[in-house]
Amino acid sequence: MTVTLFIPCFMDALFPRAGISMVEILERLGHKVVCPNEIACCGQPPFNSGYWDEARTIAAPVLEKLKSAEAVVIGSGSCGAMIKKFYPELFKNTPQAELAKQVAARTWEFSDFLVSKLGVTDLGAKFAHKVTFHDGCHGLRELGIKTAPRALLSKVVGLDFVELKEESCCGFGGTFSAKFPMISTAMGEVKCAAATETGADFIVSNDSSCLMHIQGLLSRQGSKLKTIHLAEVLNQQ
Amino acid sequence: MSFVSEFKTRASEKSRDLRHRSVIRTALRSYEVVRDKRKAAFQSWESARQAAAETKWEAINHLDEHLVALTSKLEARGTKVHWASNGVQAREIISQILRDKKARTIIKSKAMTSEEIHLNHALEKEGFTVVESDLGEFIVQLRHEPPYHIVFPSMHLTRGEIKDLFQKELGDAPSDSPEELTMVARRVMRQKYITADVGFTGGNFAIAETGMISITENEGNARLTAALPKTMITLMGIEKVLPRFSDLALFLPMLATAGAGQPMTCYNTMYSGPRQPGECDGPEEWHVILLDNRRTELLADAEQRDSLHCIRCGACLNVCPIFRNVGGHTYGTTYSGPVGAVITPHLRGLQDWKHLSNASSLCGACTEACPVKIDLHHHLLQNRRNASASEPAFFERLAYKIFAFVASRPVLWSFAKKFGRLTQPLQRLVTGGVIDPARQWTKTRDLPPIAPESFKEWWAKRKESQAE
Amino acid sequence: MKNVETILSEREKILGRIREALKVSAPPPGSHDETSAHSTTESPASHAREWLPSVGESSAEQFALFTKNAADLKADFQLLASRAELPAALKKIANDEKWSRFASHGGELSNFASASLGLPVLETDKGYDVQEMEKCDAGITECDALIAQTGGVVVTTRSAGGRALSVLPPHHIVIARREQLVADLPAAFALLQQKYAANYPSMISFITGPSRTGDIERILVLGAHGPKKLTIFCF
Ligand code: SF4
Repeated sequence: MTVTLFIPCFMDALFPRAGISMVEILERLGHKVVCPNEIACCGQPPFNSGYWDEARTIAAPVLEKLKSAEAVVIGSGSCGAMIKKFYPELFKNTPQAELAKQVAARTWEFSDFLVSKLGVTDLGAKFAHKVTFHDGCHGLRELGIKTAPRALLSKVVGLDFVELKEESCCGFGGTFSAKFPMISTAMGEVKCAAATETGADFIVSNDSSCLMHIQGLLSRQGSKLKTIHLAEVLNQQ
Repeated sequence: MSFVSEFKTRASEKSRDLRHRSVIRTALRSYEVVRDKRKAAFQSWESARQAAAETKWEAINHLDEHLVALTSKLEARGTKVHWASNGVQAREIISQILRDKKARTIIKSKAMTSEEIHLNHALEKEGFTVVESDLGEFIVQLRHEPPYHIVFPSMHLTRGEIKDLFQKELGDAPSDSPEELTMVARRVMRQKYITADVGFTGGNFAIAETGMISITENEGNARLTAALPKTMITLMGIEKVLPRFSDLALFLPMLATAGAGQPMTCYNTMYSGPRQPGECDGPEEWHVILLDNRRTELLADAEQRDSLHCIRCGACLNVCPIFRNVGGHTYGTTYSGPVGAVITPHLRGLQDWKHLSNASSLCGACTEACPVKIDLHHHLLQNRRNASASEPAFFERLAYKIFAFVASRPVLWSFAKKFGRLTQPLQRLVTGGVIDPARQWTKTRDLPPIAPESFKEWWAKRKESQAE
Repeated sequence: MKNVETILSEREKILGRIREALKVSAPPPGSHDETSAHSTTESPASHAREWLPSVGESSAEQFALFTKNAADLKADFQLLASRAELPAALKKIANDEKWSRFASHGGELSNFASASLGLPVLETDKGYDVQEMEKCDAGITECDALIAQTGGVVVTTRSAGGRALSVLPPHHIVIARREQLVADLPAAFALLQQKYAANYPSMISFITGPSRTGDIERILVLGAHGPKKLTIFCF
């Protein structure tokens, strides 16, 4: 199958390794990967801030680009939710309403795509570390993704998995992190403390935006705990 | 100071306050354990939620019919029903009853509607003595502060603080054991029920079919308030209706489970009138006040009408990471937490209160917790949309216009990345300082470096080499 | 009081605003997640029994469940072999707690219980002095039902001697018959409807354990304002 990779803006600029890992994994599984260079952003920042016209300015050409894609795969639950859940909302009562629904139906978050669509859990990966997993809220609650990443991690050779004691938001929330930095930081601290408590070496997530926030705090705290995207773990041979 | 800057000031203070963080966390830990246990005891919590949502939908979308039915049933048994469009009217109705009855002392059981209309303050100004009988409410009343949480009014206080408070205000605090402190309050209150002229309560559900008002509590203070004084007043929002008596079989255990992790709260009591012929006690008069106070404005917003389904269980507050970090008082509203952030802009003005909808990471934990499935976090998004549509912030909109312009043009986008890569070393020199453009982020967090080679650049190079 | 017209008109104003608002219909719940809405002919909550905590089939299972739930609530449940065992069981409590007087109401079971104690009793039926009741060590009442699902009891002004008797004295004693056990909450509501629909008592109370609070550090304390103890005798 031809997989259209949607690389979110921050992954493109800040975490290219995650995107590259997704390409390599999908190609190893025998799929053709395309990545439209023209797509930069899903439009979530203005959407979440209430500027829906501006969000449509960004999202409308994205929809056009994805129009004929067989499957759209995104390495972020947050941007995945934007396309899958919020595009239909954003384009309601516009000429692109139908298209938005169609594209939404063909869009997948990366781990969910592997497990639910392709039926793959064992990617032959090796990663001999103790890890814990952070569920990005959008992936978890808008898309209902919880088991897929765990199923994938359970097959990684040498990986020692430990759950976080409490499930909570990392505090990123897009522009929220800059508009209300004090609250965002406090939430992140709670998250980091919970992760540290597990004794893990890595926090894995299927959402690089959360990881950016968590890593930003950890490195400021001088913590040894590291963050890594799920795709990078699965791509370790 | 504007509401938003007050909010930010308090939020900065509380979210750094590690003592507050741990008090709230400990209190909610014990709640979480029992809540999960009680939820798991349901054969299907999810089906129950769906049915509860449908029942409330039916109630709210035929609100006029239900209120008419409720009223005529109540009146048929001698209850006086009053209607108040706003807080001023409600307070006037209540004062008038108190004056007519020549009342001096009013004993109150917990009612958030009375907080909403600032009743205690108004009555005290008129010279009435108002006693809060719910233990948590009694504690915050002694501290002259509003309840911290709609269900757990005093959860921000430790036993030590409560002991000191009792010592100072009541001169009676044998120790800091919760048991002994509770008994102090019990002793203080005992005679008050008996001597108060008027008992005042809120209401959790109003049953249209039978003309009853159901009150949920644990302590027995509402029972006593509705049993001993000669006159009883109940103040309740118009949205509290349920169509049928039997609906309570679902709502009572759900409220208890979501709100406090109990199978049922200790007392769930349905009142259908004042003392009836042949009964040996109970008030001679019962006044029920139905309060609008801009609930009809919320009703008029079809998209967010379901926020009137709220049964005030507090579950959304308990799971909300914002609430847990900034605390209940930071909101500056009667209803705090996610539901407060959704409804306050409707009840008190969108532009003044939109910051509550902005102060959210949209994590959705609230929506997941809500027993009546209110689409809380999406309503926050809608409030943001409505706020920027009706009164866009000039610079913010400009910024998004520029962002949209750049992000929808690949050439500009890749230029922006290069620009960022070039300037980031400069930003690093000033990181977290006043002239750092990313200061809101970098004061507490590091920024990841922009990668030397972006994904798109890698992809383009790779395609080139594959083509060769 | 303000004249009747202004009050009426406030009612009409509010109802008018409601009717105006409801002209635009709201999406039924579930349309977000595409869970189907119920058929409109029956009430959505009418299947509550299938979702609430399960209660078992037989009466033995339900008594076992009631016993467990009552214990979890810190209520004292005593299932007696026969009514003849009641006087001794009651006297034991009265002695242990050194009762000097108690309150009760007229009723076949409550009269029997009262008579067996031989202590001064305050009867609420014909009216009573609240200060006197406040001095009572216990309140003895009958009830309408015991609910296996919750471990609680249902009382009304009619079945339990008014509003205060079951909540003012520090120890509430309930005397019930085995047949009064119902399986679950829907059954309890159905029973109340069947028994009283023509003329409901002005107060119906579902009592689920002795009075409690968690308002200080969420630590459970019994006897906040209502009874510290709840004992349920059943035979
Ligand atoms: S919105 Fe839902 S969860 Fe929050 S208080 Fe209301 S009913 Fe409870």
